Amino acid sequence: MKAFLMHRDQDFDLRQQLPPHEQALTQDLELNTLFNAMALGDKFLLETAKHAVLSGLNNDLNTILYRQSILKDCLKNHDIVRHMYGIAVESIEKGKKSVWWFSGRYPGGILRGSIEALQVFVSGLKKLRAIADEHSDKFESEGFTTLFRTLKKELSDEYFTVIQNHLINLEFNEGVLISAELGKGNKGINYALRKSPREKKGWFERIFTKKPSAYTFRLHPRDTRGATALSELKNRGINLVANALAQSTDHILGFFGMLRTELSFYIGCMNLHRQLVQKGEPTCFPLPATSGERRHSYQKLYDVGLSLTMKQRIVGNDGNANGKSIIVITGANQGGKTTFLRSIGSAQLMMQCGMFVPAESFSASICSGLFTHYKREEDTTMKSGKLDEELGRMSNIVDGITLNSMVLLNESFAATNEREGSEIARQIICALLEKGIKIFFVTHQ
Amino acid sequence: MTFHSILFERIEDGIKKETLEAPIYFADLNLDQIIDAITAGKQEYNLKPFFYTPLKDADSVKYRHEIMQDLENEAIFENVNSFARKMRAMREHVMQAERLYYKHEKESWFLSAVEIYCDAVTGLAHDLTTADLKSHGFLAFREYVTNYAKSNYFVYLLTETEKVKADLSAVKYCVLINDDSFTVSKYKSEIDYSADVEAAFAKFKQGAVKDYGIIFKDSLDMNHIEAKIVEFVARLYPAPFLNLDNYCRMNADYLDETIAAFDREVQFYMAYLDFIALFKHAGLKFCYPNVSDQCKEGYDREGFDLALAYSLISEGSSVVCNDFYLKDKERIFVVSGPNQGGKTTFARTFGQLHYLAAMGCPVPGSDARLFLFDRIFTHFEREEDITNLRGKLQDDLIRIHDILNRATPNSIIIMNEIFTSTTLKDQIFLSKKIIEKIIQSESLCVWVTFIDDLASFGEQTVSMVSMVVPHNPTLRTYKIERRPADGLAYAMSIAEKYRLTYDCLKERIGL
Repeated sequence: MKAFLMHRDQDFDLRQQLPPHEQALTQDLELNTLFNAMALGDKFLLETAKHAVLSGLNNDLNTILYRQSILKDCLKNHDIVRHMYGIAVESIEKGKKSVWWFSGRYPGGILRGSIEALQVFVSGLKKLRAIADEHSDKFESEGFTTLFRTLKKELSDEYFTVIQNHLINLEFNEGVLISAELGKGNKGINYALRKSPREKKGWFERIFTKKPSAYTFRLHPRDTRGATALSELKNRGINLVANALAQSTDHILGFFGMLRTELSFYIGCMNLHRQLVQKGEPTCFPLPATSGERRHSYQKLYDVGLSLTMKQRIVGNDGNANGKSIIVITGANQGGKTTFLRSIGSAQLMMQCGMFVPAESFSASICSGLFTHYKREEDTTMKSGKLDEELGRMSNIVDGITLNSMVLLNESFAATNEREGSEIARQIICALLEKGIKIFFVTHQ
Repeated sequence: MTFHSILFERIEDGIKKETLEAPIYFADLNLDQIIDAITAGKQEYNLKPFFYTPLKDADSVKYRHEIMQDLENEAIFENVNSFARKMRAMREHVMQAERLYYKHEKESWFLSAVEIYCDAVTGLAHDLTTADLKSHGFLAFREYVTNYAKSNYFVYLLTETEKVKADLSAVKYCVLINDDSFTVSKYKSEIDYSADVEAAFAKFKQGAVKDYGIIFKDSLDMNHIEAKIVEFVARLYPAPFLNLDNYCRMNADYLDETIAAFDREVQFYMAYLDFIALFKHAGLKFCYPNVSDQCKEGYDREGFDLALAYSLISEGSSVVCNDFYLKDKERIFVVSGPNQGGKTTFARTFGQLHYLAAMGCPVPGSDARLFLFDRIFTHFEREEDITNLRGKLQDDLIRIHDILNRATPNSIIIMNEIFTSTTLKDQIFLSKKIIEKIIQSESLCVWVTFIDDLASFGEQTVSMVSMVVPHNPTLRTYKIERRPADGLAYAMSIAEKYRLTYDCLKERIGL
């Protein structure tokens, strides 16, 4: 059973490697403001927001659209989604309180801990089933429809009965029945737990059994070594089932964990959405185009980071650069060139992770990599000169660059005189363009 | 040819009464250390008596050489080794069976022991059938073991063992465990509950998770609860347990004496080959000596002291090899030269080589002809006795007198720095008298001494000198070479160091 709310057919991997230049991206595009607005102080939300946004560059067109429609559902039914998220969080936290079984040395202890945790999980699963029963018709996205269908199908009432019966049987109130064979020294081997048949013997069999069919031994109350030996035998018998149950507990914990992780991204999006709507800022679901195309057109595109730090609404930009591979932004200082470049970068990331974007309308081709090359403040600790440092970073970018990447250059190569800087820039830009890279270049020159 | 023993071709050659006491010269020649090292880890076979009994004729030596050479074939060695491992496991099982208390448990261990024995014999017979055997000993043994494996008794033992075991393995029972009691019954195809539970939760499976299975420590013995359970099982299924009981009573003497003796005796070869592999690995050589009880013109090339080499190799040092030969009427090596130069080592090597040759073993060296002695006599100075001068000299003389009386032309005498406690003049006098006697006895002899005069006593004596590094006389080479004992080797090397030799001086004094 899977949540599959981030990808149609795979789990969202929180451990996947983020692009090596994520720090530069976060710094240059002031992404932390965005992440904090999504998390609202929740560490877990912060972690998934960061991961989802920065790993978005790996998503294909379908995944983006898949998430967009899920997010649309979320915005429509935000209370229900937050409720589901709450169930996942609660189940995980309560279930983990039974984790004392993790350190258990005896199958008996492991079994007891697992049963306790499973009781918690079953009640969580029942709540999810109830939500599916009640609200599934309010959702349209493929992701939610599939999830609700799975919950209804897999978590039927009969299934819950089966599970409940197992959890009762595993208390072993009528004793543990194990089968064994004779091994070396006629010691028991191949211990296996057996289900004792419910029905008692018929009268016919009872009357005509000549030899006794079973022998019972009762321990002397002071026979403590015997009691230890018997309890070890019991533990051998339930070893396998305790393992199976503890592993199932882990698996269900894994399901809740995945549900929580994947929902948390949408919770973050909902948080951000609410803040922008409150300010009266426009948002829209972008229209992504394939990476091979050269599309970039937008209306009232604004920098989400700047907006979140300002009280009043900010000015958006309109533009159309369809069919262009390089966009050069020039103009006077303090004119908003850097802010504009940031809005291009963060909108691109937001689109690619499946979010809405801060604009009235937005359409762009997706890129396989996004790189920023900003002028850095002079760092006194650095041994190499400024141009050295700049070119070094550029070289790192070139190391990681792929076809149809996008590069945002902000006052690059201005560390030297204009003629040299231009020549360097010219050569680099020509080469990148020939290699199929899209460039936004802010310069005052 | 009928097979008697892998150590002796004929019954009459066999050891009548095994001695646990080493020959008295063992300590002087450091043979005790060698035999200890060879037999280490094989105590259960009690191999030392074999190593305490030298062979007396060349045919017996040849019998062992052939077998040892067969075993140098890695495949055959491994075949025998695998047999030995199984026999060892069998003994452990028998011991376990004897140690145990509960009848059903005891009998099952015995059954396992016999099962392993059958496997050992069948395996060996099978392996040897295809093995490239050349020795008379092994060929005879192969015939024996093949016939034994086909014998009525063995075939009966094999089938009976398998049957009893299969019947017991087929028994399947159930135990219902409550807090203070348990109930044993026959297994009636009750369903596997673990699998049932696992299936119920299968839909949540998400890739690999931690294994919560506990590994139980299995003790070899039963506790009284297990014993009680088996007792109930035996009541539920009486037939297989009754069969086991009968089987144990019928087959108490399952072990064939000749097979058991082979298992022990072949370890003589295995132990020795294991031991010398260590030296071969370090680049040292072993050869099968030409052994004769007639010819005294013995030689050995690249020989070494096994005991010394053993400790040198274990500390990573290199080993110096030495050659010797006796020709014509030569019988006595007189070894002289600077102290700590390897003289005693040479004497010991000489003794060891002859002793090991008489064991029928390959000896240190690349090529050797060695004399088959009747006795070895050693007389080594012992430091701790110096405090008792008078008594010591007297004691020395008595012992030497005794040696000379008993020595025959086929004996080996090894003398090491005797009479050092008396004056040089007396020493020379006594030594000359004694060497005359030894020459008369025609025994082989190594005499370590610092008295140069003995070296050129007659055509029977050969002078050997321990050598030093020419440019630094304080460094020993541990080489013992044939050369006149002119007392000059040492001085010359010092001279060379200071460039005061003739040639050096001629050169230096440039007139």
